[in-house]
Amino acid sequence: MSGIPTQILEALASASSLPLLSSEAFPNIEPLNVRSALDSLSSREMVVYDTIEREEAELTDEGEGIVKEGSHEAKVYDAVCKSIEGLKISELAKVVGAASAKVGQGKAFKEGWIKKDGDRLVKSVPAIKDVTRDNLNIIKSTHAHPNATVLADLKKRKLVVTVKRISFKINKGPKFATQVIKEETDLTADMLYSGEWKTKSFKPYNFKALGAPAITGALHPLMKVRHEFRQIFFEMGFEEMPTNRFVESGFWNFDTLFVPQQHPARDLQDTFYISDPPLADRPRDDATGEPLTEYWDNVREVHENGKYGSLGYRYPWKEEESLRLVLRTHTTAISANMLHKLAKNPVAAKYFSIDRVFRNETVDATHLAEFHQVEGVIADYSLTLGDLIGFMQTFFAKMGVHDLRFKPAYNPYTEPSMEIFGYHSGLGKWVEIGNSGMFRPEMLEAMGLPKGMRVHGWGLSLERPTMIRYGVSNIRELLGHKVDLGFVKTNAAVRF
Amino acid sequence: MPTVTVDKAGLYEALGQEYTTDEFDELCFEFGIELDEDTTLTERPIVNGKQEPPQLKIEIPANRYDMLCHEGISLMLNIFRGKASVPNWRVVAPPDGEIHQITVHPEVQKIRPYVSGAVLRNIKFTQERYDSFIALQDKLHQNLCRQRTLVSMGTHDLDTIKGPFTYEALPPERIVFKPLNQSVVMNGHELMQFYENDKNLGRYLHIIRDSPVYPVIYDSNRTVCSLPPIINSHHSRITLDTRNVFIEVTATDKTKVEIVTSILVAMFSVYCEEQFTVEPVKIISPHNHESREVPNLSPRSTTAEVCYINECCGLNLTPDEICNLLTKMAYAAKPSASDPDLLDIEVPVTRADVLHQCDIMEDLAIAYGYNSLPRTFPGKSGTVARPLPINKLSDIVREESAMAGWTEVMPLILCSHDENFAWLNRKDDGNTAVKLANPKTAEYQVVRTSLLPGILKTIRENRKHALPLKVFECSDVAFKDETAERKSRNERHFAAAWCGKTSGFEVVHGLLDRLMLMLSQGFTEAGKLEKEVGYWIEETHEEMYFPGRAANIWIRSKDGKESVIGSFGILHPTVLEKFELPYPVSALEFNLEVFL
Repeated sequence: MSGIPTQILEALASASSLPLLSSEAFPNIEPLNVRSALDSLSSREMVVYDTIEREEAELTDEGEGIVKEGSHEAKVYDAVCKSIEGLKISELAKVVGAASAKVGQGKAFKEGWIKKDGDRLVKSVPAIKDVTRDNLNIIKSTHAHPNATVLADLKKRKLVVTVKRISFKINKGPKFATQVIKEETDLTADMLYSGEWKTKSFKPYNFKALGAPAITGALHPLMKVRHEFRQIFFEMGFEEMPTNRFVESGFWNFDTLFVPQQHPARDLQDTFYISDPPLADRPRDDATGEPLTEYWDNVREVHENGKYGSLGYRYPWKEEESLRLVLRTHTTAISANMLHKLAKNPVAAKYFSIDRVFRNETVDATHLAEFHQVEGVIADYSLTLGDLIGFMQTFFAKMGVHDLRFKPAYNPYTEPSMEIFGYHSGLGKWVEIGNSGMFRPEMLEAMGLPKGMRVHGWGLSLERPTMIRYGVSNIRELLGHKVDLGFVKTNAAVRF
Repeated sequence: MPTVTVDKAGLYEALGQEYTTDEFDELCFEFGIELDEDTTLTERPIVNGKQEPPQLKIEIPANRYDMLCHEGISLMLNIFRGKASVPNWRVVAPPDGEIHQITVHPEVQKIRPYVSGAVLRNIKFTQERYDSFIALQDKLHQNLCRQRTLVSMGTHDLDTIKGPFTYEALPPERIVFKPLNQSVVMNGHELMQFYENDKNLGRYLHIIRDSPVYPVIYDSNRTVCSLPPIINSHHSRITLDTRNVFIEVTATDKTKVEIVTSILVAMFSVYCEEQFTVEPVKIISPHNHESREVPNLSPRSTTAEVCYINECCGLNLTPDEICNLLTKMAYAAKPSASDPDLLDIEVPVTRADVLHQCDIMEDLAIAYGYNSLPRTFPGKSGTVARPLPINKLSDIVREESAMAGWTEVMPLILCSHDENFAWLNRKDDGNTAVKLANPKTAEYQVVRTSLLPGILKTIRENRKHALPLKVFECSDVAFKDETAERKSRNERHFAAAWCGKTSGFEVVHGLLDRLMLMLSQGFTEAGKLEKEVGYWIEETHEEMYFPGRAANIWIRSKDGKESVIGSFGILHPTVLEKFELPYPVSALEFNLEVFL
C-alpha cells in the first residue's frame, strides 16, 4: 500500500477544512485511480467518500487556437486594418490562412466590422471587441460559462465540448489513521498457532455478496419428484412393481385389460409396434414356465363371447394380434401381470410403480413419445367406490392438493372410471390431475381373482406435476437430451 | 374422445333452459361429458354475410356413441335431469305391408360379409337436421366404425330406387355408376383413381382397393345404390326434400353393424311423422346363417344385483331407490319378482356399451353423483411397503454419483439405429436391439442397448456450459432375448461421461472405484486373490474407445464366477465427431444387475 492512498490520508490529516474535494486536492491523479484508492481505504473504514459527477466544458483544439491567436473574424479584421488601401478579397486566404478566411470573413461581415469596397475589404468600425475569444477564456479557466446560450453556441461552433468529470468528496472514516494498517481477510491456522489473531485487524466481510459457488453434483428434477411420490406410496404401504420391462405383448398390454383388438389405442398411430423380434410367445408362468392356457382361453372367451356375466365384445379375437409385440403404452400391463399372480393367493395387496411408457405421439410442447406413468393399485375384498375417492383424498393431500372432485369418464378396463380434478390455488381453477377407477370384472375374473375381490387403480403422469412444480411449460425442457444442465443443477429440492 | 359441435341456442332450446357457460360446464361434469369450448365470446367466422351462431364443443366419452349428435346429447341430458323419458323406439311395418329386402350374395364373404338396414318413413328434414344427420354418420365412421374399416353407412332417398335390394361383390370394372356429387359415370377402377388424392375419401380406398371384388348394393333395376365403404351413388342421394330414407349398413364386424344401425335410426326417427318408428329390412343371407329382420329396437333385458351395486358404491339404497336413480340414466328398472336382491333392467338399444352389471353400477353412481358418495378410506387390510430391489440399488448408485459431483441426466430410451450402433463404432449383429415397426421419425428406430447415445446427445446440447461436464444416468436398456416370453428383456445400466479440455480418463476411472467401494467391491488385480470377491480392470480394444485408453470391468462374484460387466475409456475421436463433440470425452458404462 503506497502512493495514492497514503497521499489521500496525509491530505486528510493536514487539511484545514473537510471534506476534501479530490479535483482540488489531487488535480493530477486520474479519477479512476483515486476511486480505487478510496475503495480500498473505505473497505477498512479509514475514509468515507461521496462521488460527485458533473459536466465540464473544455476547449477543443480550435478553441485553444482562438484563445492563443484570436477568433477568425478578429484575425480577418486585423488583416483588413493592417492593409491601408484595403485588402484584396483574393489575398485574404494568403494573409490569415484558408480556415480563418472562410469562417472569419462571413462572421466579420455579420458583425458589421468590415465592408466591401470594389474587390477590396475595408474596416467599417474603428475598433472591435473579440467576444468569442473572451468567452473561451472564461471557459478555459472555469470550465463553465454563466450564459448557457453562449455555451451552446460555442459547442455548436465546435470550439467547446462538454465532458463528464468525476470527483470525490472525502472525509475521515471511523478508523482514520495516516498509516494504512494491513488487515487480514481470513483467520488462518498460522494465526491460531502464533496467537496473532489477538492483535491482527480483520477486514470487514462483504455480507452483500454471494458465497463461493458450491462444486456439486445434482439429481434430475423429475427423479426428485419421483422420489417424493415413492415416499408417499411407501408411507401408505405400497409395494413397488417390477416395471423393468419395456416390451410387452398385445396380450398383456391390451387383451388382459379387456381392451378390444379394434380399439383405437391399438392403432399404429398411437402404439409403437416392434418389427424385430417378430412375435411374443403365448403367456406362461414366470416362475415355472408352464403355459397359462386357462387364462389365455378366459381372455379369448370374455372378448369373443362374453363370460363372468358380461356380454363381451363379440368379435373374432385373433391370436396373431395378441402376440404382436409393442412398447408398453402404460405400466398397467405390469399391473395386470401382478394381479394375475395375486390370483394364486388372493389377499389384500397394494402395488405401485413409476416408470417410462411409450406412445407413438407427434412431439410437441406437451407431448413426448416417452413419459413416466405413476400408477397405484389396491386389491382387497369389498372395496367401494367411496374407498377409492377417500383414498385419493389422502393420497393427493400428501402432495398438497386438498380439494378434489371426480368426473365420470370412460376407460375400457375400469368401470366405474373417474377423472380426478384438483383445485389449483395458483392457477385459480380445477385441473385434471389423474385418472382412476375400479378394474372391470371381465379383467379380474379372467385372471381367477374371486368375485368379491375388487381392485382400484389410478394413474397420472410424473411430468405434469413436475412441470407445475418447476414452472416448466415445454416438456422437452424436462425430459430428453435437450434438457439444460443448468436447469438440472439449480432446481430446488421437492417437498410436497 | 370425439368432440361434437352443437348449436348453443338449439341445444338450450331442446333442454328447455338457458345456461351460463359455468352452469352448463357443471352439468356436463356431473354427467361425464366435457364442455371443451363455448364459442360465444370468440371470433366466429362470417359465412355468406352471416356470422356463425355461438356453438358448444362437447367432448363425448368413447363409449357413448348415442351422444355423438345434438339429438342424442339433448335427449340424454333431458332424461338425466328428469325432463324426458326414454323414447319408445319401435319397428313398424311399411304402409303397403311389403317388407324391404336385401339379399346377400355369398361373394361378399371375401370382402365385407355383413349388411344391415332400416327405413325411416315420412321424415322431415330441415337444413339443421340434415347437417346433423350427415355429421352423426361422419362421427360414427370416425369412431365406432374405425375409419369405416369395421362398419360404414349409406343413406338413400327410397323414392328414387326400388327394392328388393341385393348386396353383392363384383369385379370393380363391372360396377359402373355416377358417384355422389359427381357428373360423370365411372367404374370401380376409375373411381379408385378419381378419389386417389381426395382429402376426405382418399383415406378409405385402401379398405377395398386391392380386392378382386368390390362390395356393391343394387336395387331391383340394377341401379347402384352405393359402393361401400367408399361412396353412395348420385342417383339415390338424399336431399332436404327426401321423405323416406333407406339406410344400408355394411360391415366386417357383425356386432357393430347392428349397433351402428340402431344408433342412427334411434337418433333420427325423432323426425319421422310417427316419432320413433322405424321400418324393418329383411336380410336374406342363408350362406352364413345371417338371415334376419333388422333392426331390433327393443331394449335388452338383463339383471343387476342390489347388493353388488350397493357394495361397490359404498351405499345402502333400497331396490326402489336404485331403480329411480337408474331412470336418470335411461334404464327401465324394477325390483325382480323372483329374487329380492335382483333388479330387472331394460337397457335401451342405444346403450350397446353396457356389457356387465358393473356398467349399470357405474351409471347408478353417476346418477347418485360421484361427488355425493360417502368418502371412506380402505382401512381393512394392512399391507407392507417394499421397494423394488433393482430400484433401491439404482438409488444408492445415483445418490453416490451425485455426492461425488456428477449431474444426473434423463435422455430418451428410444434412439436412432445409427446413434446406437454406427456412431459408437459398434456393429449390429441383428440379435441385440429391439427395433420399432412404425416410428413417426428416424429419431426413434430402436430401443437403446446402451445409455451412451443419450448421454452424448445431452453433452452435445449442453456445450455452452463451462467445462468439464460430468453427467451420469442410471436406467434401463433392452435387449432381444429369444428365451423370454416377450422375446426381450430390460437390463439396468449405469453410465457416466466426462467432457473437458483433457480426457478425464482417470476421473471416470475414479468414479468407478468410488461406486465399487460403495457397493462393497474390493479392488483386486487379474489373477490375484483368486478366492476374493471384487473387481478389476483389463485393457480392451473396443473400437468405440481410443486405442490403449480403455478397459473392461471384471467382477468375481461370491460363487467364483468371473464376468465382464462393462467398460470405460476415452471415446474414439470418430465417435466424438459423429456426436459433434469438439472436446475429449471419457465414458463409463456397466450392468448394475450383477450387484443385486
